[in-house]
Amino acid sequence: MAQAMTASADTGHAAGAPAEGQQHPIKLYLVVWGWLFVLSTFSYLVDYFHLQGYLRWSLILLFMMLKAGLIVAIFMHMAWERLALTYAILLPPLLVLVFVAIMVFESDYTMLTRMIFFAPGSG
Amino acid sequence: MEGITQARPTEAISQPQGWHGIVADWSSDQRAFKSASWGKAMMWIFLLSDTFVFGCFLLSYMTVRMSTTEPWPNPSEVFGLEIAGLSVPLLLIAIMTFILISSSGTMAMAVNFAYRRDRKRTTLLMLATAAFGATFVGMQGFEWTKLIMEGVRPWGNPWGAPQFGSAFFMITGFHGTHVTIGVIFLLIIARKVWRGDFDTERRGFFTSRKGRYEVVEITGLYWHFVDLVWVFIFALFYLW
Repeated sequence: MAQAMTASADTGHAAGAPAEGQQHPIKLYLVVWGWLFVLSTFSYLVDYFHLQGYLRWSLILLFMMLKAGLIVAIFMHMAWERLALTYAILLPPLLVLVFVAIMVFESDYTMLTRMIFFAPGSG
Repeated sequence: MEGITQARPTEAISQPQGWHGIVADWSSDQRAFKSASWGKAMMWIFLLSDTFVFGCFLLSYMTVRMSTTEPWPNPSEVFGLEIAGLSVPLLLIAIMTFILISSSGTMAMAVNFAYRRDRKRTTLLMLATAAFGATFVGMQGFEWTKLIMEGVRPWGNPWGAPQFGSAFFMITGFHGTHVTIGVIFLLIIARKVWRGDFDTERRGFFTSRKGRYEVVEITGLYWHFVDLVWVFIFALFYLW
């Protein structure tokens, strides 16, 4: 369906209609805007009510990913691009997660050696 | 020129979808990104590289925070504000978040009106976006001043792990620089829209090429990216 919208935007221009490029109803942007406000409020409330532990982490990450998804898909029009561009742009950042995993092991190791060698009485 | 940037109707209908579409686009003898002009594709690729820059900053922040043996300062208290004797956690940061989201909203609508060739509304919405952005940078300046006066330095702070300061100044500083550049970018393009450059096909002062209203969407891509990065900074640095 998304592709059909792009195609219709293109043909619309070729047919001499004034519209060109990405054309979506203003209401769509206002709805996304509203959702971003709601999601931001939720993530602020996570801190305000002092939620802790895994609940805090999972809620923060959930709201973060939902907001990021809305911005990229609707505001940046990624939902209407062809998959060749979508995958070329969205897949490489996922590799950063591999880097994250490597650095988690690395920092655990650093922390451990600091506790062994720099703790009071260890010298 | 339109033939290059806009797929012809017959072509658009016959383009394969899904994985077949990806293989066909990338192996086609012309250009891989058939739905995006070169300008849009290049902005996306620039944003991808910028993603790695911010990714590495956030990654370094995670590494120093996980490996320090000293307690990490509590962002909820550090960034709290005293309002009428009541301390509200993260108030300034929350307001900054809403301001940046609002600027993204006005930008998205500016793109829409630009494609309808509505010069007045496009210019006004872009100026509103730039004003929100400038407000954001101003509030960040206030935040930096407050923290510096409380004794936060890149090499230490009164509350705990010294890495807090370096991570904070590096990440928010780099983001603030992006917002500032975005505001300048917005003002330049808004002036071009207002003057009607894209209707009269006036040539650019730097590239000597005719511009199109698509540049508003490309500016928008950059601006939404700045908002996107803030989503991650807000979650990972301020809320974590």
